[in-house]
Amino acid sequence: MTRNPPPIDLSEPPAIEVRGAHKHYGALHAVDGIDLRIARGEIFGLIGHNGAGKSTLFKMILGLTPATSGEIRVGGATVQGRDFRAARRHLGYLPENVVLYDNLNGLETLRFFARLKGAPLTQCPALLERVGLAHAGNRAVREYSKGMRQRLGFAQALLGEPQVLLLDEPTNGLDPQAIRDFYATLRELQAGGVTIVITSHILAELQERVDRLAILASGKLQALGSVQALREQAHMPLTIHLTLAAADRPAALGLLSAVPGVTGTETAEGLHVDCPRGSKMAVLGALAPLGTALQDLQIQEPSLEDVYFDLRKG
Amino acid sequence: MEFQQIFTIAGKEFRDRMRNRWVLAVALVFTVFSLAIAYFGGAQQGTVGFRSIEFTIASLVSLVIYLIPLIALLLGFDAIVGERERGSLDLLLSLPITRLELLLGKYLGLAAALTLSTLAGFGLVAVLLVRQFSWAALFHYGGFMLSSVLLGLAFLSLAVLLSVLTHERTRASGLAITAWFFFVLVFDLLLLGALVATGGSVGGEAMAYLLLLNPADVFRILNVFSLDDVRTLYGLTSIVPPALAKPWLMGAVMAGWIVVPLGLASWRFKP
Repeated sequence: MTRNPPPIDLSEPPAIEVRGAHKHYGALHAVDGIDLRIARGEIFGLIGHNGAGKSTLFKMILGLTPATSGEIRVGGATVQGRDFRAARRHLGYLPENVVLYDNLNGLETLRFFARLKGAPLTQCPALLERVGLAHAGNRAVREYSKGMRQRLGFAQALLGEPQVLLLDEPTNGLDPQAIRDFYATLRELQAGGVTIVITSHILAELQERVDRLAILASGKLQALGSVQALREQAHMPLTIHLTLAAADRPAALGLLSAVPGVTGTETAEGLHVDCPRGSKMAVLGALAPLGTALQDLQIQEPSLEDVYFDLRKG
Repeated sequence: MEFQQIFTIAGKEFRDRMRNRWVLAVALVFTVFSLAIAYFGGAQQGTVGFRSIEFTIASLVSLVIYLIPLIALLLGFDAIVGERERGSLDLLLSLPITRLELLLGKYLGLAAALTLSTLAGFGLVAVLLVRQFSWAALFHYGGFMLSSVLLGLAFLSLAVLLSVLTHERTRASGLAITAWFFFVLVFDLLLLGALVATGGSVGGEAMAYLLLLNPADVFRILNVFSLDDVRTLYGLTSIVPPALAKPWLMGAVMAGWIVVPLGLASWRFKP
Protein backbone atom coordinates (compact mmCIF):
# COMPACT_ATOMS: atom_id res chain seq x y z
CA MET A 1 0.00 0.00 0.00
CA THR A 2 2.69 2.47 0.94
CA ARG A 3 3.79 4.30 -2.16
CA ASN A 4 7.33 5.42 -2.61
CA PRO A 5 7.53 9.09 -1.79
CA PRO A 6 9.68 11.12 -4.15
CA PRO A 7 12.93 12.20 -2.60
CA ILE A 8 12.35 15.38 -0.62
CA ASP A 9 15.13 17.85 -1.22
CA LEU A 10 15.04 20.42 1.52
CA SER A 11 18.30 21.98 0.42
CA GLU A 12 16.58 23.68 -2.52
CA PRO A 13 14.66 26.88 -1.87
CA PRO A 14 11.46 25.47 -0.39
CA ALA A 15 8.07 26.05 -1.97
CA ILE A 16 6.78 27.26 1.37
CA GLU A 17 8.93 28.56 4.17
CA VAL A 18 7.52 29.56 7.53
CA ARG A 19 9.97 31.06 9.97
CA GLY A 20 9.11 31.85 13.57
CA ALA A 21 5.51 32.61 12.67
CA HIS A 22 3.26 33.94 15.40
CA LYS A 23 -0.35 35.06 15.17
CA HIS A 24 -1.87 36.45 18.32
CA TYR A 25 -5.46 37.57 18.74
CA GLY A 26 -5.18 39.33 22.10
CA ALA A 27 -4.36 36.63 24.62
CA LEU A 28 -5.08 33.84 22.14
CA HIS A 29 -1.98 32.52 20.40
CA ALA A 30 -3.57 30.93 17.34
CA VAL A 31 -0.14 30.28 15.82
CA ASP A 32 2.63 30.24 18.34
CA GLY A 33 6.09 30.05 16.82
CA ILE A 34 5.98 27.73 13.83
CA ASP A 35 8.98 26.88 11.65
CA LEU A 36 8.25 24.85 8.57
CA ARG A 37 9.85 24.18 5.19
CA ILE A 38 7.77 22.43 2.58
CA ALA A 39 9.66 21.27 -0.48
CA ARG A 40 8.62 21.75 -4.08
CA GLY A 41 6.52 18.82 -5.25
CA GLU A 42 5.74 17.62 -1.77
CA ILE A 43 2.32 16.50 -0.56
CA PHE A 44 2.24 17.77 2.98
CA GLY A 45 -0.44 16.99 5.55
CA LEU A 46 -1.44 19.30 8.35
CA ILE A 47 -3.40 17.70 11.16
CA GLY A 48 -4.65 18.77 14.55
CA HIS A 49 -7.80 19.28 16.61
CA ASN A 50 -10.23 22.04 15.76
CA GLY A 51 -8.66 25.29 16.85
CA ALA A 52 -5.13 23.90 16.65
CA GLY A 53 -4.17 26.68 14.25
CA LYS A 54 -4.36 24.92 10.87
CA SER A 55 -6.71 27.35 9.20
CA THR A 56 -4.89 30.36 10.65
CA LEU A 57 -1.60 28.99 9.33
CA PHE A 58 -3.24 28.54 5.92
CA LYS A 59 -4.45 32.12 5.96
CA MET A 60 -1.01 33.32 6.92
CA ILE A 61 0.58 31.38 4.06
CA LEU A 62 -2.00 32.90 1.70
CA GLY A 63 -1.26 36.36 3.03
CA LEU A 64 -4.86 36.83 4.20
CA THR A 65 -3.82 37.26 7.79
CA PRO A 66 -0.62 39.16 8.53
CA ALA A 67 1.71 37.42 10.98
CA THR A 68 2.13 39.07 14.38
CA SER A 69 5.78 38.21 13.96
CA GLY A 70 7.89 35.93 11.82
CA GLU A 71 8.22 35.51 8.11
CA ILE A 72 6.42 33.47 5.48
CA ARG A 73 7.60 32.97 1.93
CA VAL A 74 5.94 31.11 -0.92
CA GLY A 75 8.18 30.29 -3.86
CA GLY A 76 10.82 32.50 -2.29
CA ALA A 77 8.58 35.61 -2.26
CA THR A 78 6.31 37.14 0.33
CA VAL A 79 2.62 36.87 -0.44
CA GLN A 80 1.89 40.37 0.77
CA GLY A 81 3.20 43.68 -0.44
CA ARG A 82 3.90 44.97 -3.89
CA ASP A 83 4.07 41.67 -5.76
CA PHE A 84 1.13 39.99 -4.07
CA ARG A 85 -0.80 39.62 -7.32
CA ALA A 86 1.95 37.67 -9.05
CA ALA A 87 2.42 35.50 -5.96
CA ARG A 88 -1.29 34.72 -5.66
CA ARG A 89 -1.68 33.75 -9.31
CA HIS A 90 0.53 30.77 -8.47
CA LEU A 91 -1.54 29.78 -5.44
CA GLY A 92 -4.64 27.62 -5.38
CA TYR A 93 -6.81 27.61 -2.29
CA LEU A 94 -9.86 25.67 -1.20
CA PRO A 95 -11.21 26.94 2.13
CA GLU A 96 -12.94 24.62 4.56
CA ASN A 97 -16.73 24.42 4.17
CA VAL A 98 -16.87 27.05 1.45
CA VAL A 99 -20.29 27.74 -0.01
CA LEU A 100 -20.04 28.87 -3.61
CA TYR A 101 -22.64 30.97 -5.38
CA ASP A 102 -25.96 29.18 -5.69
CA ASN A 103 -27.26 31.25 -8.56
CA LEU A 104 -24.31 30.64 -10.89
CA ASN A 105 -23.84 27.39 -12.74
CA GLY A 106 -20.65 25.37 -12.51
CA LEU A 107 -19.05 26.85 -15.59
CA GLU A 108 -19.98 30.42 -14.65
CA THR A 109 -18.50 29.89 -11.21
CA LEU A 110 -15.18 28.82 -12.70
CA ARG A 111 -15.21 31.68 -15.19
CA PHE A 112 -15.83 34.21 -12.43
CA PHE A 113 -12.86 32.96 -10.43
CA ALA A 114 -10.72 32.58 -13.58
CA ARG A 115 -11.26 36.26 -14.41
CA LEU A 116 -10.25 37.31 -10.92
CA LYS A 117 -7.23 35.04 -11.01
CA GLY A 118 -6.15 36.08 -14.47
CA ALA A 119 -6.40 32.49 -15.71
CA PRO A 120 -7.47 31.73 -19.30
CA LEU A 121 -11.22 31.12 -19.48
CA THR A 122 -10.53 28.21 -21.83
CA GLN A 123 -9.28 26.24 -18.82
CA CYS A 124 -12.73 26.14 -17.26
CA PRO A 125 -14.40 23.34 -19.26
CA ALA A 126 -11.26 21.19 -19.01
CA LEU A 127 -11.16 21.63 -15.25
CA LEU A 128 -14.82 20.70 -14.91
CA GLU A 129 -13.97 17.56 -16.84
CA ARG A 130 -10.99 16.89 -14.62
CA VAL A 131 -13.08 16.90 -11.44
CA GLY A 132 -15.87 14.89 -13.05
CA LEU A 133 -18.40 17.70 -13.41
CA ALA A 134 -18.40 18.06 -17.20
CA HIS A 135 -22.02 16.87 -17.30
CA ALA A 136 -23.13 19.42 -14.68
CA GLY A 137 -21.40 22.53 -15.98
CA ASN A 138 -24.64 24.14 -17.08
CA ARG A 139 -26.57 23.28 -13.93
CA ALA A 140 -27.01 25.83 -11.16
CA VAL A 141 -24.75 25.21 -8.19
CA ARG A 142 -27.87 25.30 -6.01
CA GLU A 143 -28.74 21.88 -7.44
CA TYR A 144 -25.30 20.40 -6.67
CA SER A 145 -24.79 17.81 -3.96
CA LYS A 146 -22.24 18.49 -1.23
CA GLY A 147 -19.68 16.35 -3.01
CA MET A 148 -20.23 18.15 -6.31
CA ARG A 149 -19.80 21.52 -4.63
CA GLN A 150 -16.57 20.32 -3.10
CA ARG A 151 -15.32 19.14 -6.49
CA LEU A 152 -16.23 22.49 -8.02
CA GLY A 153 -14.26 24.17 -5.24
CA PHE A 154 -11.30 21.94 -6.07
CA ALA A 155 -11.56 22.82 -9.78
CA GLN A 156 -11.54 26.48 -8.76
CA ALA A 157 -8.32 25.91 -6.80
CA LEU A 158 -6.71 24.44 -9.93
CA LEU A 159 -7.37 27.53 -12.07
CA GLY A 160 -4.24 29.11 -13.47
CA GLU A 161 -2.13 25.97 -12.98
CA PRO A 162 -0.98 26.94 -9.48
CA GLN A 163 2.43 25.89 -8.22
CA VAL A 164 1.20 25.66 -4.64
CA LEU A 165 -2.15 24.24 -3.56
CA LEU A 166 -3.58 24.79 -0.10
CA LEU A 167 -6.56 22.53 0.50
CA ASP A 168 -8.50 22.78 3.76
CA GLU A 169 -10.53 19.59 4.32
CA PRO A 170 -10.88 19.02 0.56
CA THR A 171 -12.47 15.57 0.82
CA ASN A 172 -15.27 16.69 3.11
CA GLY A 173 -18.49 15.30 1.65
CA LEU A 174 -16.81 13.21 -1.07
CA ASP A 175 -17.76 9.56 -1.51
CA PRO A 176 -15.00 6.90 -1.43
CA GLN A 177 -14.66 6.78 -5.23
CA ALA A 178 -14.42 10.56 -5.43
CA ILE A 179 -11.78 10.54 -2.69
CA ARG A 180 -9.72 8.05 -4.70
CA ASP A 181 -10.07 10.18 -7.82
CA PHE A 182 -9.17 13.28 -5.84
CA TYR A 183 -5.92 11.79 -4.58
CA ALA A 184 -5.12 10.42 -8.03
CA THR A 185 -5.38 13.99 -9.32
CA LEU A 186 -3.13 15.19 -6.52
CA ARG A 187 -0.49 12.67 -7.56
CA GLU A 188 -0.67 13.84 -11.18
CA LEU A 189 -0.21 17.40 -10.00
CA GLN A 190 2.65 16.35 -7.77
CA ALA A 191 4.34 14.70 -10.72
CA GLY A 192 4.17 18.10 -12.42
CA GLY A 193 6.02 19.67 -9.51
CA VAL A 194 3.02 21.15 -7.70
CA THR A 195 3.38 21.51 -3.94
CA ILE A 196 0.27 20.50 -2.03
CA VAL A 197 -0.63 21.22 1.58
CA ILE A 198 -3.72 19.43 2.76
CA THR A 199 -5.67 19.14 6.01
CA SER A 200 -8.08 16.40 6.90
CA HIS A 201 -9.82 15.12 9.98
CA ILE A 202 -9.81 11.65 8.48
CA LEU A 203 -6.31 10.57 9.40
CA ALA A 204 -6.57 7.14 7.77
CA GLU A 205 -7.09 8.97 4.47
CA LEU A 206 -3.86 10.95 4.80
CA GLN A 207 -1.80 8.09 6.18
CA GLU A 208 -0.78 6.54 2.87
CA ARG A 209 -1.04 9.67 0.78
CA VAL A 210 1.17 12.38 2.19
CA ASP A 211 4.94 12.55 1.99
CA ARG A 212 5.25 14.27 5.33
CA LEU A 213 2.91 15.74 7.84
CA ALA A 214 2.87 18.06 10.78
CA ILE A 215 0.78 17.76 13.91
CA LEU A 216 -0.37 21.09 15.25
CA ALA A 217 -1.61 21.62 18.80
CA SER A 218 -2.46 24.96 20.41
CA GLY A 219 -0.68 26.80 17.63
CA LYS A 220 2.56 24.88 18.04
CA LEU A 221 4.20 22.27 15.85
CA GLN A 222 4.00 19.11 17.94
CA ALA A 223 5.55 16.69 15.48
CA LEU A 224 6.87 16.79 11.93
CA GLY A 225 7.97 14.08 9.55
CA SER A 226 6.87 11.20 7.38
CA VAL A 227 4.23 8.88 8.83
CA GLN A 228 6.98 6.32 9.44
CA ALA A 229 9.16 8.88 11.21
CA LEU A 230 6.24 9.89 13.42
CA ARG A 231 5.62 6.25 14.27
CA GLU A 232 9.21 5.95 15.42
CA GLN A 233 8.97 9.21 17.30
CA ALA A 234 5.87 8.01 19.10
CA HIS A 235 7.62 4.83 20.36
CA MET A 236 4.45 2.91 19.77
CA PRO A 237 4.66 -0.88 19.85
CA LEU A 238 4.03 -2.93 16.74
CA THR A 239 1.32 -5.51 16.86
CA ILE A 240 2.10 -8.99 15.55
CA HIS A 241 -0.75 -11.42 14.96
CA LEU A 242 0.28 -15.09 15.02
CA THR A 243 -2.02 -17.82 13.75
CA LEU A 244 -1.38 -20.96 15.80
CA ALA A 245 -3.23 -24.10 16.85
CA ALA A 246 -4.31 -23.96 20.50
CA ALA A 247 -1.84 -26.70 21.41
CA ASP A 248 1.12 -24.71 20.11
CA ARG A 249 0.31 -21.45 21.93
CA PRO A 250 1.96 -22.21 25.32
CA ALA A 251 5.20 -23.07 23.51
CA ALA A 252 5.03 -19.84 21.54
CA LEU A 253 4.38 -17.80 24.69
CA GLY A 254 7.40 -19.49 26.25
CA LEU A 255 9.62 -18.54 23.32
CA LEU A 256 8.35 -14.93 23.38
CA SER A 257 9.05 -14.51 27.09
CA ALA A 258 12.75 -14.67 26.24
CA VAL A 259 12.51 -11.35 24.35
CA PRO A 260 12.45 -8.39 26.76
CA GLY A 261 9.49 -6.03 26.58
CA VAL A 262 7.36 -8.37 24.50
CA THR A 263 3.93 -9.46 25.74
CA GLY A 264 1.61 -12.01 24.16
CA THR A 265 -2.08 -12.66 24.76
CA GLU A 266 -4.27 -15.42 23.36
CA THR A 267 -6.91 -14.64 20.77
CA ALA A 268 -9.37 -16.81 18.86
CA GLU A 269 -6.88 -17.47 16.04
CA GLY A 270 -3.66 -17.56 17.98
CA LEU A 271 -1.64 -14.90 19.73
CA HIS A 272 -1.64 -11.12 19.78
CA VAL A 273 1.90 -9.86 20.44
CA ASP A 274 2.84 -6.31 21.43
CA CYS A 275 6.41 -5.72 20.48
CA PRO A 276 8.69 -2.69 20.89
CA ARG A 277 9.67 -1.26 17.52
CA GLY A 278 13.32 -2.32 17.97
CA SER A 279 12.52 -5.91 18.89
CA LYS A 280 10.74 -6.97 15.72
CA MET A 281 13.62 -9.08 14.38
CA ALA A 282 14.33 -10.55 17.81
CA VAL A 283 10.71 -11.73 18.01
CA LEU A 284 10.87 -13.28 14.55
CA GLY A 285 14.10 -15.02 15.49
CA ALA A 286 12.64 -16.30 18.77
CA LEU A 287 9.66 -17.80 16.93
CA ALA A 288 11.81 -19.78 14.47
CA PRO A 289 11.72 -23.03 16.50
CA LEU A 290 7.94 -23.17 15.96
CA GLY A 291 8.58 -24.07 12.34
CA THR A 292 5.41 -24.97 10.42
CA ALA A 293 3.33 -24.85 13.59
CA LEU A 294 3.23 -21.08 12.94
CA GLN A 295 0.53 -21.00 10.26
CA ASP A 296 0.54 -17.29 9.55
CA LEU A 297 2.03 -14.04 10.79
CA GLN A 298 0.96 -10.44 10.28
CA ILE A 299 2.85 -7.36 11.41
CA GLN A 300 0.67 -4.32 11.98
CA GLU A 301 2.10 -0.81 12.21
CA PRO A 302 0.28 1.62 14.46
CA SER A 303 -2.11 3.75 12.43
CA LEU A 304 -1.62 7.48 11.98
CA GLU A 305 -4.58 7.91 14.30
CA ASP A 306 -2.84 5.89 17.04
CA VAL A 307 0.34 7.88 16.50
CA TYR A 308 -1.57 11.17 16.53
CA PHE A 309 -3.23 10.49 19.86
CA ASP A 310 -0.04 9.09 21.35
CA LEU A 311 1.98 12.15 20.32
CA ARG A 312 -0.70 14.50 21.55
CA LYS A 313 -0.70 12.69 24.91
CA GLY A 314 3.06 13.13 25.12
CA MET B 1 -5.69 49.44 -8.30
CA GLU B 2 -6.82 47.10 -11.09
CA PHE B 3 -10.15 48.14 -12.58
CA GLN B 4 -10.52 44.76 -14.24
CA GLN B 5 -10.92 43.15 -10.81
CA ILE B 6 -13.46 45.76 -9.70
CA PHE B 7 -15.50 45.25 -12.87
CA THR B 8 -15.43 41.46 -12.52
CA ILE B 9 -16.90 41.67 -9.01
CA ALA B 10 -19.32 44.45 -9.99
CA GLY B 11 -20.43 42.53 -13.07
CA LYS B 12 -21.26 39.46 -11.02
CA GLU B 13 -23.22 41.42 -8.42
CA PHE B 14 -25.17 43.24 -11.10
CA ARG B 15 -25.94 40.09 -13.08
CA ASP B 16 -27.05 38.35 -9.87
CA ARG B 17 -29.62 41.08 -9.24
CA MET B 18 -30.78 40.99 -12.86
CA ARG B 19 -31.03 37.23 -12.88
CA ASN B 20 -32.99 36.87 -9.66
CA ARG B 21 -35.29 39.63 -10.98
CA TRP B 22 -34.45 41.96 -8.10
CA VAL B 23 -34.03 44.87 -10.50
CA LEU B 24 -37.32 44.11 -12.22
CA ALA B 25 -39.23 43.69 -8.96
CA VAL B 26 -37.94 46.94 -7.45
CA ALA B 27 -38.55 48.85 -10.70
CA LEU B 28 -42.15 47.57 -10.72
CA VAL B 29 -42.63 48.58 -7.09
CA PHE B 30 -41.44 52.09 -7.93
CA THR B 31 -43.66 52.28 -10.99
CA VAL B 32 -46.80 51.07 -9.26
CA PHE B 33 -46.32 53.20 -6.16
CA SER B 34 -45.44 56.33 -8.07
CA LEU B 35 -48.35 55.94 -10.48
CA ALA B 36 -50.67 55.44 -7.56
CA ILE B 37 -49.26 58.46 -5.75
CA ALA B 38 -49.33 60.61 -8.86
CA TYR B 39 -52.96 59.73 -9.37
CA PHE B 40 -54.30 59.49 -5.82
CA GLY B 41 -51.83 61.87 -4.15
CA GLY B 42 -54.46 64.61 -3.98
CA ALA B 43 -57.13 62.43 -2.42
CA GLN B 44 -56.62 64.12 0.98
CA GLN B 45 -57.47 67.40 -0.66
CA GLY B 46 -60.57 65.80 -2.09
CA THR B 47 -59.36 65.37 -5.65
CA VAL B 48 -58.29 62.36 -7.63
CA GLY B 49 -56.28 62.43 -10.84
CA PHE B 50 -53.03 63.86 -12.11
CA ARG B 51 -52.15 67.28 -10.73
CA SER B 52 -49.26 69.66 -11.15
CA ILE B 53 -45.73 68.31 -11.36
CA GLU B 54 -44.91 70.11 -8.11
CA PHE B 55 -47.55 68.18 -6.21
CA THR B 56 -46.64 64.94 -7.92
CA ILE B 57 -42.96 65.32 -7.05
CA ALA B 58 -43.75 66.39 -3.50
CA SER B 59 -45.90 63.28 -3.06
CA LEU B 60 -43.25 61.08 -4.65
CA VAL B 61 -40.55 62.54 -2.39
CA SER B 62 -42.50 61.47 0.68
CA LEU B 63 -42.78 57.97 -0.77
CA VAL B 64 -39.20 57.68 -1.89
CA ILE B 65 -37.87 58.85 1.45
CA TYR B 66 -39.32 55.73 3.10
CA LEU B 67 -38.85 53.26 0.29
CA ILE B 68 -35.43 53.90 -1.21
CA PRO B 69 -33.43 53.89 2.05
CA LEU B 70 -35.11 50.63 3.03
CA ILE B 71 -34.46 49.00 -0.34
CA ALA B 72 -30.85 50.22 -0.43
CA LEU B 73 -30.13 49.00 3.11
CA LEU B 74 -31.68 45.59 2.39
CA LEU B 75 -29.71 45.36 -0.84
CA GLY B 76 -26.35 46.17 0.71
CA PHE B 77 -26.23 44.76 4.23
CA ASP B 78 -25.27 41.31 2.93
CA ALA B 79 -22.46 42.46 0.61
CA ILE B 80 -19.44 41.55 2.72
CA VAL B 81 -20.89 39.76 5.73
CA GLY B 82 -22.69 37.33 3.42
CA GLU B 83 -19.41 36.33 1.77
CA ARG B 84 -17.81 36.09 5.19
CA GLU B 85 -20.55 33.84 6.52
CA ARG B 86 -20.50 31.42 3.61
CA GLY B 87 -16.72 31.19 3.70
CA SER B 88 -16.18 32.63 0.25
CA LEU B 89 -14.61 35.88 1.52
CA ASP B 90 -11.32 34.13 2.29
CA LEU B 91 -11.44 32.51 -1.11
CA LEU B 92 -11.99 35.84 -2.89
CA LEU B 93 -9.25 37.50 -0.87
CA SER B 94 -6.81 34.69 -1.66
CA LEU B 95 -7.04 35.76 -5.32
CA PRO B 96 -5.03 38.59 -6.84
CA ILE B 97 -7.48 41.23 -5.61
CA THR B 98 -7.21 43.84 -2.88
CA ARG B 99 -9.82 44.42 -0.22
CA LEU B 100 -10.53 47.86 -1.66
CA GLU B 101 -11.10 46.42 -5.13
CA LEU B 102 -13.49 43.83 -3.69
CA LEU B 103 -15.37 46.48 -1.72
CA LEU B 104 -15.63 48.87 -4.66
CA GLY B 105 -16.68 46.05 -6.98
CA LYS B 106 -19.43 45.00 -4.60
CA TYR B 107 -20.60 48.57 -4.16
CA LEU B 108 -20.56 49.46 -7.84
CA GLY B 109 -22.39 46.29 -8.86
CA LEU B 110 -25.14 46.82 -6.30
CA ALA B 111 -25.22 50.55 -7.08
CA ALA B 112 -25.74 49.77 -10.76
CA ALA B 113 -28.64 47.47 -9.94
CA LEU B 114 -30.25 50.04 -7.63
CA THR B 115 -29.71 52.88 -10.09
CA LEU B 116 -31.16 50.91 -12.98
CA SER B 117 -34.27 49.90 -11.05
CA THR B 118 -34.78 53.47 -9.78
CA LEU B 119 -34.38 55.03 -13.22
CA ALA B 120 -36.47 52.35 -14.90
CA GLY B 121 -39.24 52.53 -12.30
CA PHE B 122 -39.58 56.29 -12.18
CA GLY B 123 -38.61 56.70 -15.82
CA LEU B 124 -41.59 54.58 -16.83
CA VAL B 125 -43.84 56.93 -14.90
CA ALA B 126 -42.27 59.89 -16.70
CA VAL B 127 -43.00 58.21 -20.04
CA LEU B 128 -46.60 57.60 -19.00
CA LEU B 129 -47.04 61.15 -17.79
CA VAL B 130 -45.13 62.86 -20.56
CA ARG B 131 -48.31 64.23 -22.10
CA GLN B 132 -49.42 65.83 -18.85
CA PHE B 133 -46.10 67.52 -18.26
CA SER B 134 -44.26 70.37 -19.90
CA TRP B 135 -40.56 70.13 -20.68
CA ALA B 136 -39.81 72.24 -17.62
CA ALA B 137 -41.81 69.81 -15.52
CA LEU B 138 -39.84 66.92 -16.98
CA PHE B 139 -36.66 68.75 -16.05
CA HIS B 140 -37.83 68.92 -12.43
CA TYR B 141 -38.84 65.30 -12.58
CA GLY B 142 -35.37 64.43 -13.90
CA GLY B 143 -33.88 66.24 -10.91
CA PHE B 144 -36.11 64.22 -8.63
CA MET B 145 -34.99 60.97 -10.28
CA LEU B 146 -31.34 61.93 -10.00
CA SER B 147 -31.68 62.87 -6.34
CA SER B 148 -33.52 59.57 -5.72
CA VAL B 149 -30.58 57.71 -7.20
CA LEU B 150 -28.17 59.66 -4.98
CA LEU B 151 -30.32 58.91 -1.94
CA GLY B 152 -30.18 55.21 -2.77
CA LEU B 153 -26.42 55.30 -3.27
CA ALA B 154 -25.93 57.03 0.10
CA PHE B 155 -27.93 54.40 1.99
CA LEU B 156 -26.24 51.65 0.00
CA SER B 157 -22.93 53.04 1.16
CA LEU B 158 -24.16 52.93 4.78
CA ALA B 159 -25.33 49.36 4.25
CA VAL B 160 -21.94 48.27 2.95
CA LEU B 161 -20.30 49.90 5.97
CA LEU B 162 -22.59 47.89 8.28
CA SER B 163 -21.77 44.78 6.27
CA VAL B 164 -18.05 45.29 6.88
CA LEU B 165 -18.46 46.08 10.58
CA THR B 166 -20.45 42.96 11.46
CA HIS B 167 -19.55 39.30 11.45
CA GLU B 168 -23.06 37.81 11.27
CA ARG B 169 -25.75 38.39 8.68
CA THR B 170 -28.48 38.55 11.30
CA ARG B 171 -26.70 41.32 13.15
CA ALA B 172 -26.05 43.20 9.92
CA SER B 173 -29.73 43.00 8.94
CA GLY B 174 -30.76 44.17 12.41
CA LEU B 175 -28.43 47.13 12.18
CA ALA B 176 -29.70 47.95 8.69
CA ILE B 177 -33.29 48.11 9.95
CA THR B 178 -32.16 50.18 12.94
CA ALA B 179 -30.38 52.60 10.61
CA TRP B 180 -33.57 52.91 8.59
CA PHE B 181 -35.65 53.68 11.69
CA PHE B 182 -33.10 56.19 12.88
CA PHE B 183 -32.62 58.16 9.67
CA VAL B 184 -36.13 57.93 8.29
CA LEU B 185 -38.34 58.00 11.37
CA VAL B 186 -36.44 59.10 14.47
CA PHE B 187 -33.93 61.72 13.35
CA ASP B 188 -36.42 64.46 12.39
CA LEU B 189 -38.49 63.78 15.49
CA LEU B 190 -35.41 64.29 17.66
CA LEU B 191 -34.62 67.58 15.93
CA LEU B 192 -38.21 68.70 16.16
CA GLY B 193 -38.27 67.69 19.84
CA ALA B 194 -35.11 69.69 20.49
CA LEU B 195 -36.55 72.65 18.67
CA VAL B 196 -39.75 72.57 20.72
CA ALA B 197 -38.05 71.79 24.03
CA THR B 198 -35.75 74.77 23.72
CA GLY B 199 -38.63 76.97 22.70
CA GLY B 200 -36.87 77.67 19.45
CA SER B 201 -34.06 79.59 21.20
CA VAL B 202 -31.51 77.05 19.95
CA GLY B 203 -32.51 76.21 16.49
CA GLY B 204 -33.32 78.03 13.38
CA GLU B 205 -30.18 78.22 11.35
CA ALA B 206 -28.16 75.73 13.44
CA MET B 207 -30.95 73.18 13.23
CA ALA B 208 -30.95 73.49 9.48
CA TYR B 209 -27.30 72.51 9.37
CA LEU B 210 -28.03 69.48 11.54
CA LEU B 211 -30.34 68.26 8.80
CA LEU B 212 -27.26 67.68 6.68
CA LEU B 213 -26.37 64.83 9.05
CA ASN B 214 -29.19 62.82 7.54
CA PRO B 215 -29.07 61.86 3.85
CA ALA B 216 -32.86 61.52 3.83
CA ASP B 217 -33.16 65.20 4.80
CA VAL B 218 -30.54 66.17 2.26
CA PHE B 219 -32.73 64.46 -0.31
CA ARG B 220 -35.73 66.49 0.85
CA ILE B 221 -33.76 69.73 0.64
CA LEU B 222 -32.61 68.78 -2.84
CA ASN B 223 -36.21 68.60 -3.96
CA VAL B 224 -37.76 71.40 -1.95
CA PHE B 225 -36.01 74.48 -3.22
CA SER B 226 -37.60 74.67 -6.61
CA LEU B 227 -41.14 74.22 -5.41
CA ASP B 228 -42.22 77.22 -3.41
CA ASP B 229 -45.93 76.51 -3.39
CA VAL B 230 -45.55 73.07 -1.86
CA ARG B 231 -42.94 73.83 0.79
CA THR B 232 -45.27 72.91 3.62
CA LEU B 233 -45.31 69.36 2.38
CA TYR B 234 -41.63 68.99 3.19
CA GLY B 235 -41.83 69.32 6.96
CA LEU B 236 -38.67 70.34 8.72
CA THR B 237 -36.70 70.95 5.58
CA SER B 238 -38.84 73.99 4.87
CA ILE B 239 -36.74 75.81 7.51
CA VAL B 240 -33.64 75.45 5.37
CA PRO B 241 -32.04 78.86 4.80
CA PRO B 242 -31.61 79.86 1.15
CA ALA B 243 -27.82 79.73 1.57
CA LEU B 244 -28.07 75.95 1.95
CA ALA B 245 -30.69 75.33 -0.65
CA LYS B 246 -28.37 75.20 -3.61
CA PRO B 247 -28.52 72.06 -5.73
CA TRP B 248 -24.77 71.79 -6.22
CA LEU B 249 -24.13 72.22 -2.49
CA MET B 250 -26.69 69.61 -1.51
CA GLY B 251 -25.40 67.38 -4.30
CA ALA B 252 -21.93 67.67 -2.78
CA VAL B 253 -23.29 66.83 0.69
CA MET B 254 -24.99 63.78 -0.79
CA ALA B 255 -21.76 62.79 -2.52
CA GLY B 256 -20.13 63.05 0.91
CA TRP B 257 -22.79 60.68 2.25
CA ILE B 258 -21.80 58.23 -0.48
CA VAL B 259 -18.04 58.54 -0.15
CA VAL B 260 -17.58 58.81 3.62
CA PRO B 261 -19.32 55.55 4.69
CA LEU B 262 -17.54 53.72 1.86
CA GLY B 263 -14.24 55.23 2.99
CA LEU B 264 -14.94 54.12 6.56
CA ALA B 265 -15.86 50.67 5.28
CA SER B 266 -12.58 50.43 3.42
CA TRP B 267 -10.69 51.59 6.50
CA ARG B 268 -12.41 49.02 8.74
CA PHE B 269 -12.21 46.17 6.20
CA LYS B 270 -9.02 44.71 7.62
CA PRO B 271 -7.89 41.14 8.28
